[in-house]
Amino acid sequence: MNGLVFAGLVFLLAAGLSVIFGVMDVLNLAHGSFYMLGAYAAFAVVSRTGSFWLALLLGPLTVGLIGAVMELVLFRRLYQRGHLAQVLLSFGFTLVFVDLVRSWFGPRTYGIAPPPGLGGAFHVAGANFTKYDVFILGVSLLVGAALLVGWRLLKVGAVLRAGVSDKEMVGLLGIDLGLVFTLTFAFGAALAGLGGVVAAPFVAIHPAMDDNVLILALVVVVLGGLGSIEGALAGSLLIGLAYSFGTFYLQEFSIAIVFALMAAVLVLRPRGLFGIRT
Amino acid sequence: MQGLTAGYGGPAVIRNIDLRVGTGEAVALLGRNGAGKTTTLLSVAGALPIRSGAVALDGRPATGLPSFRVARLGLSLVPQGRRIFPALSVDENLTLGARRGAALSTVQELFPVLAERARVFGSNLSGGEQQMLAIGRALMTQPRLLLMDEPSEGLAPQVVQQIGELVGRLRREGDLSILIAEQNLALALAVADRVYVLERGEIVHEGTAAAFGEDRALQRRYLGV
Repeated sequence: MNGLVFAGLVFLLAAGLSVIFGVMDVLNLAHGSFYMLGAYAAFAVVSRTGSFWLALLLGPLTVGLIGAVMELVLFRRLYQRGHLAQVLLSFGFTLVFVDLVRSWFGPRTYGIAPPPGLGGAFHVAGANFTKYDVFILGVSLLVGAALLVGWRLLKVGAVLRAGVSDKEMVGLLGIDLGLVFTLTFAFGAALAGLGGVVAAPFVAIHPAMDDNVLILALVVVVLGGLGSIEGALAGSLLIGLAYSFGTFYLQEFSIAIVFALMAAVLVLRPRGLFGIRT
Repeated sequence: MQGLTAGYGGPAVIRNIDLRVGTGEAVALLGRNGAGKTTTLLSVAGALPIRSGAVALDGRPATGLPSFRVARLGLSLVPQGRRIFPALSVDENLTLGARRGAALSTVQELFPVLAERARVFGSNLSGGEQQMLAIGRALMTQPRLLLMDEPSEGLAPQVVQQIGELVGRLRREGDLSILIAEQNLALALAVADRVYVLERGEIVHEGTAAAFGEDRALQRRYLGV
């Protein structure tokens, strides 16, 4: 169960990361920061208003807005400059965000309680489940289903899928890619922010909380295939299960198992499970 | 376009190109491999930066605009190599750039095979089908000027002939202007009213298609045929 919940959280990051990398060709290391900011936003809103549901609305909105501003003001200028400049810029952002939350919230660790009605556990077939685990799983499944429908059936999904293979041609057909990029970046940030809000009652909230999730999300992107929602879904499930299996049985090797799995998939399918391009 | 100069970062690939396509006219851009035909079309379409010179469409300036703005002014490109989106179905490829008033049925009537294969992914089409899809995709943006870059490349003679007939039909049915870059002289002369010849990035000849078609010496000199 823990593995599935973890897979759900990783998916919320990996989906945005994959589409941003696939379509915009931006490797955004600050994507984990969006998750961390989402969790802090949840803490801030819950400690002031007591409403988790308000946090579930405001957190992703705020983080999405931050993402939009980052794309418009800075990332936009770096598309021609290649990956190194983008990696440096986004890594710089991770440091800035960590320092910002440290100066506002201090270095200590916070936690929030699950919203009323979602606390407590129940038993099915001899196994223990918390209601909140089921909630996280439900949210990520819902988001996954919605993304898949949008990706496959909506016009915006078609534009993004087209952009993964040939951006220039998309522009030549009269589509404003600049606008598409800003919205994609903001939406990906909002999804990671949502992941952070949803994770807040489940994990400890601290400035480095995104480390593991970001690494796993990056592995999912590579394993699932760049710019593929299907890949992000399947990859998250695989990685989430492998990671929690590893933590349970082979504590010291849990990350190693994840990378071994990635290596094995890449040997068999160099583009990842659902990759369109390498 | 007037005095157009453009390139890819290094020295200019095309220099001082003066070229005009009248409303409803079909013009062929001829020249050997590497003469600058593709560069000319891409820079007109806004996909390559223009160093100097001016481009206008229906009297409206298009110089230096991003490609999506040029497309919205009414210019559409059928690119070299077709550049079909592999992860999109035929229908999705067609509707991606569709402008208001464009009907899928119009294109499907021109190319019945595109209706038959509506749900097939772009990656699973034959070369001829891809070329028809690329033309259909461009027409869905309701262009005033259609640029075609080597539409005959890699296709069987029958399909090339089909494309020639189609261009003729498009011209008869509306006031669409066409600029076609071709190595296939027969196709170019069959569809065009006038021709320009590019050599090493410059226009070296301009005249009617009929005159160029009769002047073997000229053809040999510029195209080596």
